[in-house]
Formats: sequence, C-alpha cells, structure tokens
Amino acid sequence: MMNENYQQDVDQILRNAQELRAQVGVDFHEKLVEAVYTDASYLADRAVVRPEQAPRFDLDRTIDRIVTDKRWGFVLMILLFALVLWITIEGANVPSQMIASVLLDTVHPWLKGLAAAINMPWWLDGLLIDGMYLATAWVVSVMLPPMAIFFPLFTLLEDFGYLPRVSFNLDALFRKSGAHGKQALSMMMGFGCNAAGVVATRIIDSPRERLIAIITNNFALCNGRWPTQILIATVFIGGLVPAHLAGMISAATVVGVALLGVGFTFLVSWFLSRTVLRGEVSTFSLELPPYRPPRFWQTLYTSLIDRTIYVLWRAVVFALPAGAVIWLVSNITISGTSIAEYVINFVEPFGLLLGLNGVILLAYIVAIPANEIVIPTILMLTVLVTGVGGGEGAGVMFDLDSISDTYALFQAGGWTLLTAVNLMLFSLVHNPCSTTIYTIYKETGSVKWTTFAALLPVGMGFALTFVVAQVWRLVAAV
Amino acid sequence: MPEHKTKHPQKIILTDASGCEGCPAHNAANLLKLGVDMKDWDYVVALAGNPNTGKSTVFNALTGLRQHTGNWPGKTVTRAEGGFEYGDARYKIVDLPGTYSLLATSLDEQVARNFILFGQPDVTVVVVDASRLERNLNLALQVMEITDRVVICLNLIDEAKRHGLTVDERRLARDLGVPVVPTSARYNQGLDALVEAIHEVATGKVRPKPRKVETHSKILKSAVEKIQAQILQLYPDLPNSRWVALRLLDGDEDIIRSLRNGELGQLVQLEDAAADPHQILVKEGA
Repeated sequence: MMNENYQQDVDQILRNAQELRAQVGVDFHEKLVEAVYTDASYLADRAVVRPEQAPRFDLDRTIDRIVTDKRWGFVLMILLFALVLWITIEGANVPSQMIASVLLDTVHPWLKGLAAAINMPWWLDGLLIDGMYLATAWVVSVMLPPMAIFFPLFTLLEDFGYLPRVSFNLDALFRKSGAHGKQALSMMMGFGCNAAGVVATRIIDSPRERLIAIITNNFALCNGRWPTQILIATVFIGGLVPAHLAGMISAATVVGVALLGVGFTFLVSWFLSRTVLRGEVSTFSLELPPYRPPRFWQTLYTSLIDRTIYVLWRAVVFALPAGAVIWLVSNITISGTSIAEYVINFVEPFGLLLGLNGVILLAYIVAIPANEIVIPTILMLTVLVTGVGGGEGAGVMFDLDSISDTYALFQAGGWTLLTAVNLMLFSLVHNPCSTTIYTIYKETGSVKWTTFAALLPVGMGFALTFVVAQVWRLVAAV
Repeated sequence: MPEHKTKHPQKIILTDASGCEGCPAHNAANLLKLGVDMKDWDYVVALAGNPNTGKSTVFNALTGLRQHTGNWPGKTVTRAEGGFEYGDARYKIVDLPGTYSLLATSLDEQVARNFILFGQPDVTVVVVDASRLERNLNLALQVMEITDRVVICLNLIDEAKRHGLTVDERRLARDLGVPVVPTSARYNQGLDALVEAIHEVATGKVRPKPRKVETHSKILKSAVEKIQAQILQLYPDLPNSRWVALRLLDGDEDIIRSLRNGELGQLVQLEDAAADPHQILVKEGA
C-alpha cells in the first residue's frame, strides 16, 4: 500500500539523488557510460585472440568502398535494381502463360461443364465461375510468377547485407529532405508492401520524422502495383521497340517509374518538413553489417512462404469479392444499361481530362481494397464496354494469349500511349490500399493524419496526370 | 536420467543413448519445439542483443519458427514470442528489439529494458557478436546490472573465424561470472549447449554471479552507495538496488515514476517466487 510515509521516503531519496548528481558534476551520464565502455573494452581485450597478422585483403571493406561510393554507388544501385526487374519480367512470361492456360483454358471450361451438369442457375454460375473464379485465376496467373521471382531476389539482396548500404547511400538525400535516414529502410520495405513499410517506420524514434516516413511510404511502388507497371510497360512501351530490346526497355521503364516514386518520396518529405511537420533532423548511427553469404535454399523457402504466398493469399482474398462485384455491376442492368456502364459514362469526361478514362477510374474505385486487382478489373470492364471478347458475356475475363491480344483489346477501348503513361503514373501516385490506410491509422492513432496520408497522394495523382495530359496534347497538337 | 524424462514421450525421437548418456548436450535431443503454442510454461526466457547479431536467427532456431531474418539492423520491430520444451520444463521465449544499450533513450531500448526489469524473466540470454565483442559487451554489462540470471550467447563465431578472430569463451565466462556459450545459429551449431545453459540457470542449478561495472570515480561510488542504502531501507529485498540507485542518480524518468507509484516494489515479490524453482516444479508435477 502506498501511504504518505512511503511518498515522503521516495521524495527524500529523489531529493538526495538530485543533490548527489549535482555534486558528481554535469558529466554524470558520460562518466557512467564511460565506465561501462572501459569495462567492456578491458574484457573484450582479454577474451579475443587476435591473429598474428592482419588479413591482407578485407573483402567486406573493398565491396563497401564500391557500393557506397559517392557516384558509382548510385549507378550500381540502379543497375542492380534494373537487373532484378529484368530477370523478373523475362522470367515470369513463360510460367504465367502456363498457369493461365491451366486455370483459364482447362479448369474454367470444366467448371462451366460441371455447373451445366448440375443445372446451376445462370446467374449463380456467372457470379461464382465467371466472376469470382476467373478474377482469382487471373490474379494468380499474373501475380504468382513475378512475385515468386522478385521476392526471393530481393530477399537474397537483403540477406547479403546490401539494403543498409542503400540506406547509407540515400541518407544524405533524406537528411536534405528533412527526413530521417532510416526512412530508406522503411521505403525499401514499402517496395514489397506499403503496409509492411508503414509498420517498419517504428525503427524511427522521432514522431515527426516517423510521420513523414509513414505518409511518403506510399510512393514506394508496392508489390500490388508491380504487375500493373510491368504489364503496361510490356504492352505499350516494349511494343515501341524491336522485339529483342522489348524486355530491357520495359524493365528500364518500370525502374524509371520506381525511381520517380523515390523522387516523390524526397519531394514530399521535403515539403512536409518545411510546412506541417517542421523540426530538427535527428542524427543516428547506422551500422553497416558484414556481408553474409545468403543461405540460398533457406532464403528461397522463407521468401516464398513469408512474402509470396502471404501477399498472393491477400490478393486472392480480395480478388474473390472483387470478381463478384465486377460481375454484378456488369450484369445488373437498369433499363438496358449495366451499372458499370452508368458509372463509367459518368466519370469518363473526368477520366479523359486526366488522360485516363472512365474504365480506369472505376477500376481504381473497385480496387481500393487491393491494388493487385486493378489490371484484371480494367480488362474486364474494357471487354464490357467495347463488346470485344467473343461473346463470352458481360463481366467475364477471357484468356489473353499474347501481348498483341492485350494490345488489341486496349486499342479497342480507345487507349493511347498517353493513357498507358498516365495509368503508370496514377498507379504510382494514388491513395494507399485499404490495408495500408488501416495500418496507418493503427500506427498513428490519428484520424487526421490517416486522412491526410490517404488524400494527399490521390490529389497529387490527379494533378500529375492532368498536367501530363495537357502538356502531351499540347505537344501532340503542334 | 529421471530428471530429463519428458511428459510427451511419444514425440521424442529416441536415439541410442549408450556412450554419451552422461553428457548433458546429448539431452538436447529432448528439445521439443513448440512453436508459438504456449498455453502453459514454466520459465520465461528473454532474448536481448545488439541489432544484427543474429538474435532473430537464434530465436527461430530455438522455437522452430521460420520468420524471415534479414541482414540489417532494426529488423525486429515488434516483440516476437515463442516457446520450446527441454527436459521436463516448458520455456517461453521472448525476442526483444535489438539495442546497443539499455539507457532507454529510444523506444526500442525502453521496451527491452522494461521487459528485463519488470517482466522478470527467469533467464535473459544476451546474444553477442563474437566478431564485435567490445561493442556488444556494453549491452551485456548493462543487462547484468539489472539481473543476475544471464546467459551469454556468443554468436557468429563462424564470422569471427572468417576475420581471423577467436574468442576465449572460458576466460570470458570467468571474467563475466555468467555462462558463455559459443554458437553459430545460422548453421545450427552450439544451440544444444545454449539450451542446456538456459535450463541450468532457469532451474537454479547454476547461479551466475555477474560482474558489476566498476565505478572508478570515488565521488560517484559514494553517491551510489548512499542512494542504494536508502533504497534498501525501503525495499530490503530489491534484487537490483545498485542499478536502481544509478538510474535515480542519472535522473531516469521511468525509474523515478516506477519508484513513485510503487511498481518497483512489486519486483521484490516476483523475485521471491522465481527464486525457488522447486515451487514451480512441484506445482507443474502435480
């Protein structure tokens, strides 16, 4: 029980402590820390047996000199990044088509046959098989192969010890933007998943700098958006150059978009730290860990289980209801026109003003829960609007065997190069997915900052695509 | 060896015990990995260490979890918990955020320190990087100020070897006054011995007498002694009175608050219960 006597005793102790602290001197804390350091150094000296000769060649230091070089560090960083993406794009093609042919060409007709055999009503068959199953199958076949390649590669780089070097390289830039150097690490996590990146900002102690890191994490191109970028870059940008260069150019384009995202991270950090989140930049010491040879198979296993399957599962969970929603809005008609067409027609003028179109805007509304389903939604809605698709019915995904088929579909939907470019830009700069928004709320505990973090990027996205569209049209008219 | 008989014999892979029946490390075959399924447990083990010393790897190896462990500092942002079974006891293991010190200047340090201080773990394992011993010992010494029940896990000995360094773990153990177990968690080496050491400290078979940091300045020494005496008047059984005195002198807000609201006093009772492992064993055995 706490009584008055107790409080008096405590107060007495605290008063004494304060007096004694003054006697010891202002450097009390330093003296304490120094005592610990001296002891640690003494003990370590006694226990460590050092080699007779220092090793002639220190591999770690040599690598560090190269990868953290002022100029070459950046070049190497971008090249490595491009290489990872190029391997992902080139390597994912074949398995993607294989999975698609199994899930869409074999399993789908079989399911349809089964539904017909048990006399399933047409609307239930449509909702379940054409809506939910096909959307999910599409997400799996498009997303699984790139993720199964991208994540292990990224994890190998991480295990090797490269990520802290990236952080080291970017530190000066972050500091100039008024943000914390550790933000580079949360940004790197964001390239995998923004929700994970927002959680990772916990490594930043200052609340001000942490908020900046949370708000700007959305500009790290997350896993759900890589497939959009990769597909659009492959179809539209890769198509501009000869076939043997297509893969490389597509990869370079996606790297360009990702780097633009990094640029926005700096820009917005800089803006925030000079307006609403003003304050001092805190210093920190970043330890460059030793390079460790990654344990290849274990890394492969953990990155497949922890990241690939996890993210894929999330995508599937969101694709199922989204597939249902897409099918429903495409098939429920009011006086002969589907709900989807009403919405698309309604937002079309605004979409065109931004160099996008109504289909894309509706897709982004449907895809608020998960960015992963943007592309399947766009394709399905384009099929609905254009009527291309071999009579499979409204809101039904059909198998796109080749890039040229996809291109033909987009063209039928009235897409131009501007639409593609602005879709890539809007995919980079728009509101975070609902999972990330919820995570931001949980981490900040503030409705105000959560709203800000959700609305700032979408506002920027509108502004950016609008400006690009106007300039593009102006230049095209000349 | 009745002492290490397990309660779940069906899950144990029996190996030919002849020849090394007597050696304690062999009993590590009894290690039953429980993952995170921890309904009831006998002992709590805290895992502390500098960032990037392979703490998470040690945690995974002990618990059989396969969380991804990255090669960059600050990877573990949230506190992870898991468990394992060894001998006849169940251990709950808590992975604390990696920190360089326990002076509580950052949130991570605060979380780690408060867990060791108020969580009263039966054993605190400090994972240290053998190739960066000096810097890592700073944390170990600070942990040893708070609790006696410490085991040092001298990790990454493979890396130290790669740099041409060897650590004399026996001398280190003598100097520190706590068990020191060399490991290479990435390659699953030395973990049997680590578990054995945890077990011995938890059950009270080994009672570490950790070295306390010398305060060379005379004026500081007398100040600490004065405050410590006053604290002991208030709480005669407080296990880490000297450390508390140091923190009060340093003006540590957290400690001042916990002294004011009596939270610090509760440590005494907890320590009494934990000091007698038999009590727990009897309860569990019933």
